Amino acid sequence: MTALVTKGLTKRYGDVNVVDGLDLSVDRGELYGFLGPNGAGKTTTIRMALGLIFPSGGEVELLGTPVFGGGRDDALRRTGAMIEEPAFYRFLSGRRNLEVFARAGGDGEDVRRRLARIDEVLEQVGLSTAGDKRVKAYSQGMRQRLGIALALLGEPEMLVLDEPTNGLDPAGMREIRMLLRRLADGGTTVFVSSHLLAEVEAMCDRVGVLSRGRLVAEGPPGNLGGAAERLRIEVDDSPRAAAILRGIAGAEPSAPQGRTLRVRLDGATAAQVNAALVAAGVAVSALVPERESLEDVFMSLVEDAGVQG
Amino acid sequence: MFRVELTKAWRRWRTYLVAVALGGIPVLIVLAVKLSPPTGAESQEAPPFLVQIVRNGLFAPLTGLAVIQPFFLPLAAGLFAGDAIAGEAQSGTLRYLLVRPVTRTRLVLAKYVAAMTLLGLLLLWVVGCGAFWGGVVFGFHPLPTLSGTTLSVVEASLRILAAAGYILLGVSGIVAIGVFVSTLTDSGPGATVATVILGIASEILDQIPNLRVIHPYLPTHGWLAFTDLFRFPVDWGAMRGGVIVSGAYTAVFLVAALAVFRRKDVVS
Repeated sequence: MTALVTKGLTKRYGDVNVVDGLDLSVDRGELYGFLGPNGAGKTTTIRMALGLIFPSGGEVELLGTPVFGGGRDDALRRTGAMIEEPAFYRFLSGRRNLEVFARAGGDGEDVRRRLARIDEVLEQVGLSTAGDKRVKAYSQGMRQRLGIALALLGEPEMLVLDEPTNGLDPAGMREIRMLLRRLADGGTTVFVSSHLLAEVEAMCDRVGVLSRGRLVAEGPPGNLGGAAERLRIEVDDSPRAAAILRGIAGAEPSAPQGRTLRVRLDGATAAQVNAALVAAGVAVSALVPERESLEDVFMSLVEDAGVQG
Repeated sequence: MFRVELTKAWRRWRTYLVAVALGGIPVLIVLAVKLSPPTGAESQEAPPFLVQIVRNGLFAPLTGLAVIQPFFLPLAAGLFAGDAIAGEAQSGTLRYLLVRPVTRTRLVLAKYVAAMTLLGLLLLWVVGCGAFWGGVVFGFHPLPTLSGTTLSVVEASLRILAAAGYILLGVSGIVAIGVFVSTLTDSGPGATVATVILGIASEILDQIPNLRVIHPYLPTHGWLAFTDLFRFPVDWGAMRGGVIVSGAYTAVFLVAALAVFRRKDVVS
């Protein structure tokens, strides 16, 4: 079962394809991170998925329903969303804002269900005490929390959140990440866009990297782009160690920096490296596996795409 | 959605500001007339019905209506209708209404009906304020018609309410134009100002004799016909024309607003 599918989704503004033949498939119950630098087309994709802007080409399906072609209202009712920054009626309190959005455009039962959940969602995002203050008086972090509360109000099967931790302090970010993780573990599909690598790395099941409107990589955050294993080695004689390692198949040492040497493993193992060095009489004081960070992968992917584009 | 709109207006200072300003007009008129009754020369330039207030408080609500219609009514229409979609776009709430979801057709129609309702309530408020202060200060008496007959106080009150109703129908075309303009831009004040300008421009064109050919087709042309309710017998001709023109503007511009908004990329 898929929660969000795009096929060849394209949005053209003038001569530029802001979203360019995008194929996405997000499974139900998954926490999917939609990663990309500013201007990559994340928000445009989200707006098309929610029916706010019309695609120039391709298709998009939300909770099994085509978004363009009638019948999307039910899918939207089962979806909670925050698109770019949250927006509210500044002259109303946080609670009244949730009431207004609950009452707008729903049938009787749907409205009652949402109204009954207001206290619960305010509590969930940590706004119980500030609910009766006017939004005018909210800090950016509080508005962000209220935006997430609004997205949660309909007890959605699908959450679409555009940069949800914007404007939160580190503790608040962590809190929201844990909330999203809990929701996904409880069966809610969560689609989060972000330009913060650490954020998606910390919580997502799967990450798609968007650059210039195209998906340039997709997979679990651990092995995006087939990230290779790397070793950091500290030795007494690094030039000699580098020479020895060049003789081992499947190990690529980088130029030594002082006593430190980095080796990219492509077939060879850490034990082989260690044995070869010790056998040659090099004193190894440290041998630490290093995963290539998502940031490195991300930057190289985005730069590659940039060169091609 | 319509009820939500009224709730929002109810909790907004702006609504009360407009109500106080417009309700204050008949009150000011009553006070002014009481403190310094107009002399014969001045009464030539005075707004319709003003001079008679001294003799009959029932003229106060009528004067109130006549005074707000040319300028304050287009202003209020621009405020409620011009801001309808553009104001939501500007505050960013439009996208959250649409994904709630509120269908685009429903949103446009609800905004139109809400704007008309608010204007109707404002007109009633002006009539109420005028009647109250006019009655307290000058008392109610049977109302002389423009044809020289008289109407009982009850009959006259009903006619005044009918006049307010006709004025509301008259502004409906401008409200539809305002909603249409509101779908074109993401600036609430911009759409408001544009609507007010269009309304006042129509009134100015209506004053230029050389343009007599187009006068019957202007959205504001039939506005003053409400005075025909105070003739004996009532002359319905001009009012019928006014209602038809307003209805036509309403239909054309609501259809245009829907056509634009249903296909619009919402990027606000």
